[in-house]
Amino acid sequence: MFRVPVLQLLRRVLTRLAGAVFVLWMVASVTFFAVRLIPGDPAQAVLGGPGSQASPEALAAVNAQYGFDQPVIRQYFSQLGRLATGDLGRSYALNLDVGPLLLSQLGGTLLLAVVALALAWLLALALATWSTRSGRIASRVGSALEIVAAALPHFWLATSLIVVFSIWLGVLPPISTGGTLGLVLPVLTLAIPLAGFLGQIMRESLLRALESPFVLSARARGENERGVRWIHALRHASLPAISLSGWAFGSLISGAVVVETIFARPGLGRTLLNAVTLRDVPVVIGVVMIVAVAYILMTLLTDAVSRLVDPRLRLS
Amino acid sequence: MNEPAAALSVRNLLVGFGAAAPVVRGVSFDIVPGECLAIVGESGSGKSVTARSLLGLAGANARVSADWLDLGGHSVLGLTEHAWQARRGRDVGLVLQDALVSLDPLRPIGREIADSLRLHTSLGAAARARRVLELLDAVGLPHPELQVQKLSGQLSGGERQRALIAAAIALNPPLLIADEPTTALDVTVQAQILALLEQITGGGTAVLLISHDLAVVSRIAHRVAVMHDGELVETGRTTQVLGSPEQEQTRRMVAAIPADKPRGTRLSEADTPNTPSLPSTRIDSSTEKTPDGTIVLEAIGLSKSFRRPDGTRQLAVDDVSFALRRGSTLGIVGESGSGKTTTARLLLALMAPDRGEVRVFGQPWTTATEKTRRGLRAGVGAIYQDALGSFDPRWSVAEILSDALGLGRQRRAPQTTARLTSLLDEVGLAATVLPRRPLELSGGQRQRVGIARALAGKPQLLICDEPVSSLDVTVQAQVLDLLDDVQRERGLSLIFISHDLGVVAHVSDQIAVMRAGRIVELGPAARVFAEPQHPYSVELLAAVPRLSV
Repeated sequence: MFRVPVLQLLRRVLTRLAGAVFVLWMVASVTFFAVRLIPGDPAQAVLGGPGSQASPEALAAVNAQYGFDQPVIRQYFSQLGRLATGDLGRSYALNLDVGPLLLSQLGGTLLLAVVALALAWLLALALATWSTRSGRIASRVGSALEIVAAALPHFWLATSLIVVFSIWLGVLPPISTGGTLGLVLPVLTLAIPLAGFLGQIMRESLLRALESPFVLSARARGENERGVRWIHALRHASLPAISLSGWAFGSLISGAVVVETIFARPGLGRTLLNAVTLRDVPVVIGVVMIVAVAYILMTLLTDAVSRLVDPRLRLS
Repeated sequence: MNEPAAALSVRNLLVGFGAAAPVVRGVSFDIVPGECLAIVGESGSGKSVTARSLLGLAGANARVSADWLDLGGHSVLGLTEHAWQARRGRDVGLVLQDALVSLDPLRPIGREIADSLRLHTSLGAAARARRVLELLDAVGLPHPELQVQKLSGQLSGGERQRALIAAAIALNPPLLIADEPTTALDVTVQAQILALLEQITGGGTAVLLISHDLAVVSRIAHRVAVMHDGELVETGRTTQVLGSPEQEQTRRMVAAIPADKPRGTRLSEADTPNTPSLPSTRIDSSTEKTPDGTIVLEAIGLSKSFRRPDGTRQLAVDDVSFALRRGSTLGIVGESGSGKTTTARLLLALMAPDRGEVRVFGQPWTTATEKTRRGLRAGVGAIYQDALGSFDPRWSVAEILSDALGLGRQRRAPQTTARLTSLLDEVGLAATVLPRRPLELSGGQRQRVGIARALAGKPQLLICDEPVSSLDVTVQAQVLDLLDDVQRERGLSLIFISHDLGVVAHVSDQIAVMRAGRIVELGPAARVFAEPQHPYSVELLAAVPRLSV
């Protein structure tokens, strides 16, 4: 129904691709120099961290092998060159290839983030529809719930959930055992604050949509409350929340650092924390690059969903 | 009157919200099939609330009561929401203002129209699609099969208003309520939509037309009911109500219509509390009025084009030239998209022309640097349509005006107050508005503050872009009179831009008719209005709302 000329489509895809490459380059550069600001000797990190009693000969050998004795700018370009070919290098601390290492950790974090995002959407939708429907008191309660939920810090929420569900009630495991049950508390920890945030946005845009002339027109055609909401208002109300979901996904990954550590869940977040502690530069850069790629893909996805929901975007 | 055949019969309707006093009081009327009744009133008079009560859509906290409220012979008082849903669309249809937002902008118009059929008939999808095409054809939308898949934003104002009407009449309801159905439209399109509504009335449908514009409804309404402050003050046949209005409010509205009133005739009554007590006769001051021949503003071959989203260029203003003489008014009239507002921005040097130039007071203006222009800017005032949007909402009137006087907005010296008071006095406002913010003012008061701000720099030239388009007709009349007064007193030269030829003809000495970026006709106002030369001017003139009684 909205036929896009092939050439225009191609131009759009190429622009996006160029943008993505630029973002990745910037991310790699900023991380490369930022990691350099952490005090300590990289060769020391390779040889078992600050505690190890490495001999000067061993340190010199490592410096030569890893190129730490080269000028910074040369190290930067050789790092970029390797990244461009998809080689994330070798972990200093674990002596493993970073690529396969991170791939094995990626699944757990992605599962956590995607389930949390889906749950946040469901909670936000339920809260927004309920609180705009059931009178003024419900609206106040809904609004208060959203503000409180959005303000909850992850570390506090995680500990509280563990206290309530694992220690008092004893129904859910306090650490991730790998099963579905172990996923419940980490997902809730990430989803509840995000649901509060998305719910606020959704309720506001839903109220605005419900007051629009096109909703009055629909009611005047004899449309019932359910039709008004599902055919008209919710579609408008979801647009801003969709656009923000790309950003929300990024915040979920950073939330995963806290959540994976507290619940002792394997994943990128925990790997990143360990790598920063050990000054394991290739792993840090690898995690940051993977998160950046995920973030770019998610933004493309939210753009595509927005275009699907809002046909006006397909016109210009 | 009270025939059993009435499509709608209302007695003593009362509508209130919450605990507040009712906003609609004792409203009674009947409409028979094939009749068009117009309820006319200014904003806030309660006409839209009345219309919505007739559909059970006054709102959740509305209290609606009446002696009786019969729709098609059945009482609809106290119907449950569920029972209302079965009636809306089938027994009564509603057409709102501006289909850009009154049809769901995310859905194709065909889907919106088919919704009425889906809700009230057992027709299958294919049968509904066929019926939608028939309906679009019936409302005069060309090539319905190409249009059904389009969004309201892809259609022109007239096309989408037709689609909105098609959605409302899909089930052939015996009563159609049209709430300001032509308000956002250009005059020629407005005339077409009115003709369509007239045709629907001719088919036996009872039409209730709600409007703020007496001249518009006089074209098609059989009867008119004038609403003021929640009550119907006068009801009767259109010719009678408009020809010999009995009530004060009706007389004031009839007098305020600018079309066909010669230049300088007062449209509002001098005794309204807001208007300064100026002498109503102007003969003594007519000498100041005579243009002395000096050209204060000159546009020479102005052109400006914009890039469309698809990369092609659109010529918004195409080789426009004119000259404005001291003390006179040049009216620029055209429909939306004709390039009027771009012309205004070029004249104000807010935008650089692609070709051509503007000269002000005989000096280069658009070709000068902004630094040079700044010295001349005080002499060129501007008044915009959206007065509210042109003020900082957090500033008070005092701050807005002292800022415009160049005193800085914080200074509160006594002589500042004196200057502010005299400025407000000139535009017919009391000093009591000084501490108020724009949102706390009425539309008319805001535009007066806008005029006061434009006058603050003692300009010799005022550029007014649709200065009265968002105002009620009686308020419009007061503002037009005010502009006329300040022009005479200060010997101002005016560029007056409007889509309304009636207004332009009333205020202008010269008229330029714009279409698609070009001036198609330029001449003395009286001549253009009496015997337009260009076919487009003829068309525009024919569509001007006047009291056709």
